[in-house]
Amino acid sequence: MKIAVCVKAVPDAAAGRRLDPTTKRLDRSGELAISDFDTYAVEEGLKLKEASGEGEVVVVSMGPEKAMDALRKALAMGADRAVLITDAALENADVLETAVALAGALSNEGADLVLFGQQSADGGGACLWAAVAEKLRYPIVSQVSELTVGDGSLTGKRQTEFGYDTIRAPLPAIVAVSDSINTPRYPSLKGIMGAKKKAQETLSASGATGPGTTVVALNPPPPRGEAQKIEDDGTAADRIVEFLAEKRLV
Amino acid sequence: MSVRPSEFPPPWSSSDAIGMPTDPVDERIDVDFLIVGAGPAGLAAAIRLGQLVEADPATAERLGEVPVAVLEKGKAPGAHLLSGAVVNPRGLQRLFKGRKRIDEMPFYGEVHGESVLFLTKSRAVRIPTPPTMVNHRNYVASVSQLGRWLAEEAEELGVTILPETSAERLLVDGGRVVGVRTGDRGRGRGGEELGNFEPGSDIAARVTILAEGTQGHLTGAALERFGLRGENPQVWALGVKEVWKVAKPLDRVIHTMGWPLRPAKRYREFGGSFVYPMGDDMVTVGMVVGLDYRDTELSVHDLLQELKTHPRIKRILDGGERVQWGAKTIPEGGFVALPSRFHAPGLLLCGDGVGLVNVPALKGIHYAVESGRLAAEAAWRTLARGASTREALASYDASLRESFIWRELREVRNMRQAFGRGFYVGGALAGAMTASKGRFPPGDAPTERDADQSLISTDRAASYPAADGKLVFDKLSSVFASGNRTRDDQPNHIRIQERVPRELAELWAHMCPAQVYEVGEADGDGTVTVKLAPSNCVQCGAITAKGGRLTPPEGGSGPEYTVT
Amino acid sequence: MAKTLVFLEHHEGAVQNGSLGVLAKASQIGGEFAGAIVGSDVRGIGDGIGATVWVADDARLAAPLPQPRVDVLAKVVRDEGYDTVLFAQSVLAADIAAGLAARLGAGLNWGLVDFDGETGRAPALQDTVVVDVGWSTPVRIGIFRAGALDAEALSGAADVRDAAVELEDFSTVAEMVEQAHAEQQGPSIEDAEIIVAGGRGLGEPEKFALAEELARALGGAVAATRAVVDAGWYPYSAQVGQTGKTVSPKLYVALGISGAIQHKVGMQGSNVIIAINKDPNAPIFEYSDLGVVGDLHEIVPKLTELVRSRKS
Repeated sequence: MKIAVCVKAVPDAAAGRRLDPTTKRLDRSGELAISDFDTYAVEEGLKLKEASGEGEVVVVSMGPEKAMDALRKALAMGADRAVLITDAALENADVLETAVALAGALSNEGADLVLFGQQSADGGGACLWAAVAEKLRYPIVSQVSELTVGDGSLTGKRQTEFGYDTIRAPLPAIVAVSDSINTPRYPSLKGIMGAKKKAQETLSASGATGPGTTVVALNPPPPRGEAQKIEDDGTAADRIVEFLAEKRLV
Repeated sequence: MSVRPSEFPPPWSSSDAIGMPTDPVDERIDVDFLIVGAGPAGLAAAIRLGQLVEADPATAERLGEVPVAVLEKGKAPGAHLLSGAVVNPRGLQRLFKGRKRIDEMPFYGEVHGESVLFLTKSRAVRIPTPPTMVNHRNYVASVSQLGRWLAEEAEELGVTILPETSAERLLVDGGRVVGVRTGDRGRGRGGEELGNFEPGSDIAARVTILAEGTQGHLTGAALERFGLRGENPQVWALGVKEVWKVAKPLDRVIHTMGWPLRPAKRYREFGGSFVYPMGDDMVTVGMVVGLDYRDTELSVHDLLQELKTHPRIKRILDGGERVQWGAKTIPEGGFVALPSRFHAPGLLLCGDGVGLVNVPALKGIHYAVESGRLAAEAAWRTLARGASTREALASYDASLRESFIWRELREVRNMRQAFGRGFYVGGALAGAMTASKGRFPPGDAPTERDADQSLISTDRAASYPAADGKLVFDKLSSVFASGNRTRDDQPNHIRIQERVPRELAELWAHMCPAQVYEVGEADGDGTVTVKLAPSNCVQCGAITAKGGRLTPPEGGSGPEYTVT
Repeated sequence: MAKTLVFLEHHEGAVQNGSLGVLAKASQIGGEFAGAIVGSDVRGIGDGIGATVWVADDARLAAPLPQPRVDVLAKVVRDEGYDTVLFAQSVLAADIAAGLAARLGAGLNWGLVDFDGETGRAPALQDTVVVDVGWSTPVRIGIFRAGALDAEALSGAADVRDAAVELEDFSTVAEMVEQAHAEQQGPSIEDAEIIVAGGRGLGEPEKFALAEELARALGGAVAATRAVVDAGWYPYSAQVGQTGKTVSPKLYVALGISGAIQHKVGMQGSNVIIAINKDPNAPIFEYSDLGVVGDLHEIVPKLTELVRSRKS
C-alpha cells in the first residue's frame, strides 16, 4: 500500500508567530517545523505500513525551499521519502491554490491513501483536505479518531459535534486524522541520522493562478466586550446567572 | 545555627552519570568523534574536524560512516544558548581563517561606544571603563543565533547534528571513555514507559569531546571519575536577561555596577548589569549576580526587573516590548578553579564546562571556540599513523596552556575572589591586579564553594517591583517568554532533598528565575517540603551551585531561545 | 448587490442555531439571500424560517457527509447565480465549504466573526490580531466561527424551493456505517461548549467536586490548570494551557485560576470568560468578561443551585 501524508511546515512556535505587516500574511522567514498535528498523520501512515508489512510512506508538502528541513522530521520518524512543492508564485497561496498544487503532486504519486493532520498549527481552516479530495475526485473522511484499512477500503470513526460517526470508503481516499488517533513516536537516533540520505524531491508548481482571497488590513484585537468586575457582596451567584442568561448560556 | 546549602546534598552521585555500554554491539551507533553540546565550543570542534576531514582525504578514508556527530539537548542548536554577548572575534577568526570574514558572521555590529555606570537607586554616575572591560574591536551578538549559524556551517562540512538528544551517561569501559548513552524519551511522570517510549542509545566513539557548557552534566561526572578537579572549587554566577524590541536605537554598550546590589561585605553580592544594542531596533538587558550570595530572598530575576525601573535604563526601553527572556549560570572561578587536566582516556573537555571564562572581561565565547578548535586538532592527531592516543589527547592540554586563553586567565586569576571582600575593597584590589598584570597581590586566592556560604534572610523581596506585564514581569511570564513548552508529564529531572530547613527552601524559591521551587508546608520538625514544577525549568544550572543537582530532562525540553 | 446562499446545517430535525445566525447576518448585508437545507426527510424543518429556503430532499443525502452536499450547493449556486456562500463552522460545514471552493474556483475565508458583503473580519493568531479579509474570485465562500453569531433566527414562513439533486460518482462512494452516537461520559474538553476549569484557588483536590457539579449543571466539561495537574489533583488529560489542550468553548468558567500566560494561551479563544478568584489582582481578570472577586467556596455552590433550578 502506498500512503501519502500531507504535512505543513509552520513557523516554529517558539520564535513567536506574527503577521508580516507588508504582505499581511504569516511571516515565514524564520525557522520552520512540521506542524505538530501532522505528526499524528505521519504516525498513522507508518503504523498502517508496518501493519501491512509492505508499502511506502511519502510525505508531501508545499512551502518554501527550507521547508525540506522540517520534512526531515517525518523522514526521521520513518517516512520513506519527501516531496516538496516549492515555487515563488505560491508564496501567498491560499487554500484553493494549495489544493491544486497538492492534488497535482498527489495524482503523480498515485497513493492508495492520502492522510492529513486535523488542522495546521498556524491558524488554518482545517479543511484543505476537502478541497484536495474534490480536485482528485476521491472520497474524504475527516476528524478520524480510529482508522482501519483493508481489502481496498477504509473505515474511519469521525468525531463531530454530535458524537461519533463510522464511515466506510473505498480506496483511493483521503483521511484527515485527529490528534486522539495515536501518540506520535519520537524519531530514533538512527532515524534522525538516516533521514538526510532518504530521497527528497523538490517540484515546482505548474500554472499557479493566484489566490482567491485577499488580506485587506490587520487590526489590533478589540478589547474583550465590556468586561465587568464585581466584588462578591453575597449576590455574586445571582449576578453570574443574570450574566449567563443575558448571553443565552443558560 | 545558620544553614549552608551544602549541608543538604542532593540524592545524586556522579556514578549515576557513568556506566558501561549496554546496547548489543550490532545496535550501537558508531561515530568517530562524538561531541556533546552544540554551543560555540562543541560546534567549533565539529567545524574544525570537518575542515580536517576535507583537507586530509587520505586520513578521512579510514573514518566510518559518521565521522563527526554532535549531540544537542535543546530543540535545535541555539535553543539553550544564552549570553550577553559582546564577542571577542579572535576565536572565530582563527577557526574560519581564510574561509569567512567577520562581516560574514552573524554579528549585530562592532562596539563603537561604551559606558560603565555606577548606579544608585535614582542616579547613574559614569565611571572610567576598567581596562579589562574595554570592548573596542569586539562585536555584539546573540549567541543563540551564532550557534544556529555555526551549526549550519558544521552541517555543510558533513557534521551530523542530533538535536533533542540529551547525553545522559558517559560510557566508560576499562578506564576509558568509549562514548555516551543518550537519554530515553517518552517516559511518564513516574518513570513508566509511555506508548511512544523511545529508549536511549549507546553511541560509541573513538574520542568524546564534552562541550556541554556551564554545569555540564557529564563534565561534572567526568571531573570526579577521572580525578580532574583542580585545587579550588568552581563557583558560578547567575545571569538573567531579556531581549527587547525598542523604539529608538542605543548607540553604545552599557555596563552598570552598584544598585540594585548591596555593597556591604556580609551580603556577598557581586555582579552588575549590561545593556547592549542589537542593531537599531533591539537591545538586550541583563543582570548577573555571583551565586556566592547569602540572602535567601535574593532573586536575580527580580533584580533585573528592578533594574529596568531605574530611570537611566527605563529610558532605553520606553515604548519597547520584551521579545524574549532567559537565564543561565556562568562559571566564575577562573584560573584558580580550572581542572588539573582537560583530558582523560578517550575524552577531551572544553568551553564553559571547564570554566574557560574571563570574568573581569565578561567574556568566554572566544575561549570556548578556541578550546573547541584545539580539542578537535588533538582528537584528529589520534588518527596519525603510529600515534599514541594517550599522547595525542594529552597534546590538547599542552596546546591550551600555550594559548592566549591561559595567558589571559592567569593575569586576572584573583580578581573575582577579591569581590568576596565587598564591592569597594574588591574594586580597589581589581585595579591593582590590572595594573600589575596579575602580579600583585602575589599568589592565588582560593575560591569557596557557592553552596558553602551560610544563609541570611533580609526582607529584600518586599522591595521588588510588582509585575505590570509591560516593563516588569513575573517569573511565569518570563518562562513563557523563554519559549519553554516542556512536556509536563515527564520524570522530574531535578535532584534535591525535598525536606529542608525553611531558609534553604526560601533560597531556592527566590533564586530560581523560572519558578521551579515552591516552599511547601512545614513538616513539624523545623523543615518544610519543597514542591517542584520541573517543566518550568530553563536549565540555568543555579540549583547545582546551591545544593542541588540539575540532570538533563528528556531531550527537546527546556527553553527555545532564538535571540538570546 | 450580493446574492447570498447560507448552508443550514441540521441535526435530528432541527436547523442549527449557528446556521440561523449566519442567515440573519446574510439578511443584514443587503441583496438577495436564501438558506439551503440538504438531507433526507428534511422537508418542513425549515418552514419557520422567514427566508427563501432551498431544500434538497433525497434518500441519498440522509447521512451527513460533505461531498454530496457540495454537488447540491454547487448546482444551486451555478443555476441561480449566487455569488456568496456562507457557513457556520462545524466539522461537516468546513468540509463542504472547502470542497465547494475547489469545485467553483471560489476563494474561501474562515474564522469570520463579521462580514459586510465585501470584507470579512477574522481574528487570528489566538485572537491577537484581527484580519480584514477579502475575495478576488467571482464567487466568495466564508465560514463563520462557531458561536460567533447566535442571533435570533428570522421568523416567518419559509419560501421553500426544491433544489435538484445530481450527484457525482465520487461523491457517493463514502457510506455511513453508524451515525453519531455520543460517547457516554459527557463531552470531552475539546468538544465541550461549556468548560468549568479549576485552579489552585480550589484549595484542595477534593474541592474539584465544586467544579464538577457546576459543570454538570451547565452541561459542560471540567478542565484544570497545570499547577493542579502537577500537584496530582486532576488528570493530565484535563489540562488546559500551553502544554495541555487548547480550547475555545462558548463559555469558560475559571475557578480559583490566577491566569498565568501559560494558561491564557490555551483558553483565550473562549467566547465568554467568567472568573472567580479571591485575589483582585489576578491576571485572569484582565481577560475575563465577568470577573468576580470573592470566595469561590461560597459562590460556586449557590451558583450551581441557581443554574440547576433555572434548568429544571
